[in-house]
Amino acid sequence: MQLSTKHLLGIRDLHPKDIQLILDTAKQFKEVLQRPIKKVPSLRDITIVNLFYENSTRTRISFELAEKRLSADTINFSASGSSVSKGETLLDTVNNILSMKVDMVVMRHSATGAPHFLAQHIPAAIVNAGDGINEHPTQALLDAFSIQEKLGVLKGKKVAIIGDIMHSRVALSNIYLLTKMGAEVTVAGPPTLIPKYLKDSFGIHVTYNVREALEWCDVANVLRIQLERQNQVLFSSLREYNRAYGITKPLLSSLQKDIIIMHPGPINRGVELDSDVADSGQSIILDQVENGVAVRMAVLYLLSGRKEANN
Amino acid sequence: MKGVSTIMEEKQLRLTLQRLAHELIENHFPFEDTCLIGIQPRGIAISDYIYQYIKEIHPDVNIPYGKLDITFYRDDFRGQIHLPNITDLTFSIEKKNVILIDDVLYTGRTIRAAMDALLDHGRAKKVELCILVDRKFSRELPIHPDFVGKSIDSIVTQKVKVYWGDEKKVILYESV
Repeated sequence: MQLSTKHLLGIRDLHPKDIQLILDTAKQFKEVLQRPIKKVPSLRDITIVNLFYENSTRTRISFELAEKRLSADTINFSASGSSVSKGETLLDTVNNILSMKVDMVVMRHSATGAPHFLAQHIPAAIVNAGDGINEHPTQALLDAFSIQEKLGVLKGKKVAIIGDIMHSRVALSNIYLLTKMGAEVTVAGPPTLIPKYLKDSFGIHVTYNVREALEWCDVANVLRIQLERQNQVLFSSLREYNRAYGITKPLLSSLQKDIIIMHPGPINRGVELDSDVADSGQSIILDQVENGVAVRMAVLYLLSGRKEANN
Repeated sequence: MKGVSTIMEEKQLRLTLQRLAHELIENHFPFEDTCLIGIQPRGIAISDYIYQYIKEIHPDVNIPYGKLDITFYRDDFRGQIHLPNITDLTFSIEKKNVILIDDVLYTGRTIRAAMDALLDHGRAKKVELCILVDRKFSRELPIHPDFVGKSIDSIVTQKVKVYWGDEKKVILYESV
């Protein structure tokens, strides 16, 4: 049993069987993380470079921890302070790193498709840790793992994805994954932040009314307003956004049921999510972070097994 | 399957497992600071039986019993991915006598991995090995069982399989 792919570039290319395999394997790694010694020697012969061309806290620490828990050797690279500022190209940078015998590349880049481009040109296994506004596959996997842990199965569950859908790679990866695994998806947010084609291409529901989405769903995955990717005015002010689309405690309490609140982080407190919601018992935001390490261990473990096939 | 020969029928298999259980009782009763650990996946049927049998004879002794998965500790996982099984160790093995239980002892590599895996759960006082079928003269590592159900002579091309479903038996067959 192994993954049908050599890289993890996006959920789009993954078979439902691959997704299930990753989630099942992650469950065993979660057990490893509860032990007194939270480390296994599986990847002790593997070297991994974390190539971060864009800022990150959670994903980067989570990947690095996952690599260390698997006993892999790691190198960290961030674009600032490197020769990228001297004009070195992406391919040159990566080839130089690979010539020092590196087996896997974990990569975040602000350009959509950057990891796909690398995958065509280098022999190492590539894990996409977020590319532009395209995909963030490990985030979708850990979201799915967290939902599964809470609700048992994904199939038939109702998930609302709320907020800045247009600029969110988390949203796209989640939509791919959830629809592949048989969950129902609704996206909600301001019309200016929801791409038009979503409904037709994925067969998911679209609403501009957050309350309606919350009343319908079992799980609400609330996304961050990505101000750094917005170069035009898409809503008038953060305060207005919070009033119309933010999740507040009174709104949550007025629902007839207890839904699960998720957020990929970092939270804009008081914008898309109020503090008393983010810190409430319904929120599993910190569980998501914990599960992230187990899921990334599973991805790295399953991809590393194909080493011999590459060489 | 070619060249199949039965090593143990159900009746003998049960007798052998019961004898192993009695040997454990003889050496470790009343099981103070002693725990049983079955190795996933195929050692579990054996360890379940032995554990239940000891509990039947001595219902009031409390023996910690766990299951250990060694997938992440294997030395042969490149090339072929082995899917992990559940590790279920709810107690500490610190300063305990650990009895590892598996179905077949062949090269010794599984037991090597199991000892590595055990180290991550604490420092055991002593580790012993209880095996249903010992394929002697085929070890690749200096590992020796303490409790043996049955010793057999076999060659590299042969395999041993323990059936523990509706039909219970141990067979030896040609793998090529």
